[in-house]
Amino acid sequence: MRRLDALRAVYSQLEGRIVVTIMGAVAAELQSIGHRPNFFYLQHAMGLASSLGLGIALSRPDRQVVVFDGDGSVLMNLGGLTTLARYRPRNLVHVVFDNESLLSVGGFPTATSTGSDLAGIAAAAGVPRTQTVRSIDEFTHAFDEALAAEDLTTLVAKVEPVGPSAYVTDLSLLENRFQFQRYLKESRTTR
Amino acid sequence: MSPVSTSASRLVYDALKSCGVRLMSALPETWLVHLIGLAEADPDMTLVRLAKEEEGVGISAGAHLAGVKSAMLMQNHGFLASINGIVSCAQLYRIPLLMLVSYRGEFGERDPWQTEGGGVTEDLLRALRIPFARLENPSHVSHRIAKAQTLAHSANKPVALLLCRDLMWEEQT
Repeated sequence: MRRLDALRAVYSQLEGRIVVTIMGAVAAELQSIGHRPNFFYLQHAMGLASSLGLGIALSRPDRQVVVFDGDGSVLMNLGGLTTLARYRPRNLVHVVFDNESLLSVGGFPTATSTGSDLAGIAAAAGVPRTQTVRSIDEFTHAFDEALAAEDLTTLVAKVEPVGPSAYVTDLSLLENRFQFQRYLKESRTTR
Repeated sequence: MSPVSTSASRLVYDALKSCGVRLMSALPETWLVHLIGLAEADPDMTLVRLAKEEEGVGISAGAHLAGVKSAMLMQNHGFLASINGIVSCAQLYRIPLLMLVSYRGEFGERDPWQTEGGGVTEDLLRALRIPFARLENPSHVSHRIAKAQTLAHSANKPVALLLCRDLMWEEQT
């Protein structure tokens, strides 16, 4: 499974949901499908996308939050899985694209390439719903189930270590940040 | 009785509440026990207990983008552990952070293991261009916290308040 195809497969489900991604390939690929004001790309601070998603999920329990994370990022903040599990925001779906490598810096293998099991780690941390999927059909089914379950889910999607040809896009970081904040503000006042 | 000041902790907590803070992230340390206890007992406060302080940067950033004012409670060694998050999340994205940092390792510190962090805390805050003020005397706690919060939000950047020994610790000798 390619990550870009996985993102395309669930893209329509992201409408009206709050989306946070990590840096690099995930951000560039989601933008290549089509940026929306409800998408925020954390273009650095590896590991903190799930924490940022937790901060939003706790602050906006009326909305579902989807975090698109990666194996390298999760490995930098494994403790954050215990914090996610501890507060168990039922409106948070945590997707981890696991390509078993640090792709954007040259493809160096991460510890998931030697057997570390992120879904297993999340389950052991106390995340109530965890799953590892390897095909687009499995992924879309599991993603839909996670949205419907309305409980904290960590969904690990094993993907090929391939990414876009470039990582810098024409959406500036601060433009994205203020547009996203304004989206969240307006989505609150209109409900 | 712990020598950690309950009255100073209450003063700091009330000042944070008055600034509109509704979410606090915290990693326990001795000087923060009463503050964390107050947050836990308050039904109007969301307390997020962390595994490591840097998570708090992401949580506060998310809360801010979602319209909730937050504060971070940490030891100065927790500030040291958070620096990449402060720089590459909060500063890169112009996110206000209100950091309450217990300032261990100054004059009077008895724990040998706390003595290195105190010597670098203020230099690091300056190097990171994070505005900060010391909280040493109960008389200035409320307005310094309020002013710090005002600057954090007008400038969209992190600010720090150093919880000092003279405020937080009621010496027995």
